[in-house]
Amino acid sequence: MTATIVPPATTTEGAQVRRTAPPIPITRIVTVELRKMFNTRSGFWMLVSIGVLSVISAGSVLIFAPDSDVTYESFTRASGFPMSVILPMIAILAVTSEWSQRSGLTTFTLVPSRGRVIGAKAIATLLVGLGSVAVAFAVGAVANVAGSALAGVDAVWDISMSMAPQLVLFNLIGMAIGFTLGVVLRNSAGAIVGYFVVSLVLPGILVLLAQVRPWFEDLQPWIDWNETQVALLEGAMDTGEEWAMLGSTTIIWIVIPLLVGLLSLRRSEVK
Amino acid sequence: MITVESLTRRYAGFTAVDNVSFTAQPGRVTGFLGPNGAGKSTTMRVMVGLTAPTSGSATIDGVRFADLPNPGLEVGVLLDASAQHAGRTGHEILTVAADTMGLPRTRVAEMIELVSLTPTEAKRRVRNYSLGMRQRLGIATALLGDPKVLILDEPANGLDPAGIRWMRDLLRGYANQGGTLLLSSHLLHEIEVIADDLVVIGNGKIVASGTKDELLAAAGTLARSTSPRDLADALQQAGIPSTLAGDGSVRTDADPARVGAVARSAGITLTELRSAEGAGLEDMFLSLTADTQREGVAA
Repeated sequence: MTATIVPPATTTEGAQVRRTAPPIPITRIVTVELRKMFNTRSGFWMLVSIGVLSVISAGSVLIFAPDSDVTYESFTRASGFPMSVILPMIAILAVTSEWSQRSGLTTFTLVPSRGRVIGAKAIATLLVGLGSVAVAFAVGAVANVAGSALAGVDAVWDISMSMAPQLVLFNLIGMAIGFTLGVVLRNSAGAIVGYFVVSLVLPGILVLLAQVRPWFEDLQPWIDWNETQVALLEGAMDTGEEWAMLGSTTIIWIVIPLLVGLLSLRRSEVK
Repeated sequence: MITVESLTRRYAGFTAVDNVSFTAQPGRVTGFLGPNGAGKSTTMRVMVGLTAPTSGSATIDGVRFADLPNPGLEVGVLLDASAQHAGRTGHEILTVAADTMGLPRTRVAEMIELVSLTPTEAKRRVRNYSLGMRQRLGIATALLGDPKVLILDEPANGLDPAGIRWMRDLLRGYANQGGTLLLSSHLLHEIEVIADDLVVIGNGKIVASGTKDELLAAAGTLARSTSPRDLADALQQAGIPSTLAGDGSVRTDADPARVGAVARSAGITLTELRSAEGAGLEDMFLSLTADTQREGVAA
């Protein structure tokens, strides 16, 4: 009888048996990053303050505003006002705490692709922004119903379909500016100070410059992102030129610095 | 297995890690030694992808760390126990890590128990942790994914004596089960007790590497005698250079058998004769890194 000798398969001889772990899905990283935004003491209180302040803010309109101001717009604007300050801070800390608190050492060893981590943070930030604005609209609606009943007037639903997206965009741009500062500076204190500089100090300087240098006057709205922010907040963006200005300020203040920041972030050392 | 090949990391003006090559084998504890600023931590950061190498490579079982699909399940890393968000609880930090790796949440409680943190401590924020507690939390994070490779930078730092003993037993058990363990420490006694292999680095360069037994055998012999000066003289006459230490011990590079023979023929009574293992690692460390020590300790 003849036996065929089958040579042993020359596969993994000598090589270590590896566990073939599936890669970490981006949805999981987004979920984790969302959790990380609110499972610290500061993150938790920022979340609470968004809820509390928007109710207080809408409530104060209810108490102090004249009957003519008992409208959906004024309630929503009031309940959204605290968010326009807090949301950029949340966006900043989502990025910078990895460096300022040094938790990045763990984060980037568990997920070595820094691009994925920052991308997940961006998505998580976007979700928080959308969620918060939804809260502002909801609180505004409740306050409007309650307010008009108390004042004994008919509820006025005066937020148009063109105005609502602009209010959403207003908050998202504020967060994007904060996020960008976080990516570029990677330092909590620096980025927060930076945010107040570009949102409070810079517009004044640009306006002043436009006043003393006539050639800059036409240029100023294309550079000053606060100019378009004000229009968005009013829900008053209606010309193509205004949207083009928004595009220009977005490129100058978000797209370019974000790209530069991401490039340096991916190469930098995490210590 | 961890393989480091010709690894170099240069910063503007100086070379932190200079052409470093070594391996850490499975089932063994590899001790990574060197004075402050010798390049240990930089080497470890390059291994786990936090710092990019200028040239050379570091791989885990042949794969770059950054290319591992889910690194937490394959390599446990503890580089700095204090590098955690101070406003998070220990429990949260482990939960976040477990979620990232895709592990069941039950793993978190298991790890907390394994590293002997009480459930109350786990619910406290890391801001309020002592260094020893942070170290335990860091070990828990590293072991969470049940990895086959561990990279730990100064894990015994800040632990009390009982904690150090506990850590030693834990790590020894880990290596005995086939795990690969790379451990850096300044605590020479710790390394001496636990390590099987040693890699000594100074000024970014490897100054010695091999098994602990090999390296310590080179550390020579320690002898004590009722008349140490006579012993030193006798060794001198036999052509064996020796040093007479202040505590009355005589050290030499010769092996113990030769020292014993010299002492017998000279009629000197020895009260102690052994390879200089006890203090050996410290001596070896200081002599190997003498050029790179800040204090300029004489070898």
